[in-house]
Amino acid sequence: MTAMTKLLGAAAAVALGTGAAMAEPALIFDLGGKFDKSFNEAAFGGAKRWADETGGSFLETEMQSEAQREQALRRFAESGANPIVMTGFAFGDVLNQVAPDYPDTKFAIVDMVVEQPNVRSVVFNEHEGSYLVGMLAAMASETDTVGFIGGMDIPLIRKFACGYAQGVKAVSPDATVIANMTGTTPAAWNDPVRGSELTNAQISQGADVVYAAAGGTGVGVLQTAADEGILSIGVDSNQNYLHPGQVLTSMMKRVDNAVYEAFSDGTDLETGIYVMGLANGGVGYALDEYNEELITEEMKAAVDEASAKIASGEMVVHDYMSDESCPAVSF
Amino acid sequence: MDKMPHWADVILIPLISLILAAFLSALVILAIGENPVEALQLMVQGSLGSTYGWGYTLYYATNFMFTGLAVAVAFHARMFNIGGEGQAMLGGLGVALVCLYVPWPHWTIALVFAIAASAAFGALWAMIPAYLQAARGSHIVITTIMFNFIASAFLNYMLVNVMRPAGSMDPATERFPEAVNLPTLHEMLLPFGIQFSKAAPVNFSLVIAILACILVWVLIWRTRLGYEIRAYGHSEPGALYAGISPFKIIMISMLISGGLAGMMAINNVMGEAERLVLNATEGAGFIGIAVALMGRSHPFGVFLAAILFGFLYQGGAELALWTNIPRELIVVIQALVIMLTGALDNMVRMPLEKLFLSMRKGRA
Repeated sequence: MTAMTKLLGAAAAVALGTGAAMAEPALIFDLGGKFDKSFNEAAFGGAKRWADETGGSFLETEMQSEAQREQALRRFAESGANPIVMTGFAFGDVLNQVAPDYPDTKFAIVDMVVEQPNVRSVVFNEHEGSYLVGMLAAMASETDTVGFIGGMDIPLIRKFACGYAQGVKAVSPDATVIANMTGTTPAAWNDPVRGSELTNAQISQGADVVYAAAGGTGVGVLQTAADEGILSIGVDSNQNYLHPGQVLTSMMKRVDNAVYEAFSDGTDLETGIYVMGLANGGVGYALDEYNEELITEEMKAAVDEASAKIASGEMVVHDYMSDESCPAVSF
Repeated sequence: MDKMPHWADVILIPLISLILAAFLSALVILAIGENPVEALQLMVQGSLGSTYGWGYTLYYATNFMFTGLAVAVAFHARMFNIGGEGQAMLGGLGVALVCLYVPWPHWTIALVFAIAASAAFGALWAMIPAYLQAARGSHIVITTIMFNFIASAFLNYMLVNVMRPAGSMDPATERFPEAVNLPTLHEMLLPFGIQFSKAAPVNFSLVIAILACILVWVLIWRTRLGYEIRAYGHSEPGALYAGISPFKIIMISMLISGGLAGMMAINNVMGEAERLVLNATEGAGFIGIAVALMGRSHPFGVFLAAILFGFLYQGGAELALWTNIPRELIVVIQALVIMLTGALDNMVRMPLEKLFLSMRKGRA
């Protein structure tokens, strides 16, 4: 009898266990790694904030190769995780295939639009945030030459570069913007050595502010910029703390908020396309104790004015992805 | 006379190696503060505990059967083909070209041509190192491994600059049309009333892989060519004396090897992803070496070893998903198995041979 009750108790515990697992949200990081100090880490930060506040737990996994995406997605969906959030455009095609197979599971994807009834697509107006840091770069530059180092050469990263260049040209129309990409494959998100080499190359061409929009590669860019005594601009996460006083600012892309909101909404997640821009705090520039001495009052005033204009729609920053061309910089 | 009975050679040695590897892995898992028993349970449960798990295990096993056979065939001619990875990548390119640019009416016809294309591309990629070895004496190990890098760079170029559809950011080809999608095991078993997981990627290629195992067996042990390959592998001067051309044997064995490695693409490219992505091979070309070593270059051994490595692969993926054991350590565990079953074979073999010899002496 006691054995029986124990057995039943164990069975109940198992059942409860699975029940708890079912409500768990899941987060999948793309290539580049969870601790890239940038894009993926921002996502992790959002998930962690949710876990700390609610006391909940979440499932997570990192991608090791391109071919694993579908398996990771299906595994979480099969196990009952809900909602499932993934970072990176590269999940788009896979999600488009997987989402219809699990109509009761909610998915959220960052940086890509997937038109399925159970998918929330979160996209950011990176060009707006990049415009602001471009203005700051131009105002901080003494050589009138600034650099941009992108990760993988895709339209999304050109969108960063294009917004940045427009911001630079808005402040000093004759300034030179040097733009380089790290590579053409996802490996470019995690190649700090090449990031460092590109930074040195740009410094030798006269750049004294470099903006890295390259995920984990940016760590190398920021490091080299600090070593060589020039300013750098971080991306996605607030990276000002990495080299206090030597990172001019960071273009904040609030991936953390996107993940946090998706987790908070839980299974009631509303689907559709979410555009996060300057107007709703989705992008912006970072100002904290590490860079307050670098940003003068005039700089702050000029950028805040532009920010308000863009947010209200009075001023429009050209989006590279709208027509695959950029008026301010050529690639 | 054999030093020990056949069953000890094919069963006991791999088994002891496996137990050793499992023991070392348990130490690794303990060292990072996780429970090895739980980890093993997770691996078994995740890879063999459901039709979903089996589906992935068999899917990976299919990959390893092709690459394992590829290495095994070359082994019989004493050619160490490390280029399975590159040959499988090129095979993927062949499959993608066939599936994307020809409007096939039905998957069966597409499959025949996809097999032909993948085998041709893989064989072509193996042909250059084979020729260099046969005609110039350039070491096949060096050239095939170098060709892996060339294949990877070439595929990068093709996917980024040529085959990526307009407007897409991901370096991958378009989805193949519905008509060329291979039936999954779920669809194949449904008529028999067996419910197999719908999500698992295992597909018709498994049947092709098993067929390939049988055909390789026939080739190696039941044909004149197979005899020549084995004869050359055992002794080059002996083969020469018997009138066997080394040039011909090197070329043919490497072409078959490359073709088999290339054929892996019908599983991972045509069967699973249904498009060509970067790194589609996921290291299966290298696993094939371990599979062939462990399977003693015998098709049936390759078949069993492939399933074992399929289990390790799928179990490893499950571990990464559900525990805090980082992916890198899972690679370490897989590497331990490869090292002990493949490279450190003699460590187990020699003491065991001595043991059997002494037992025999004792009896006599």
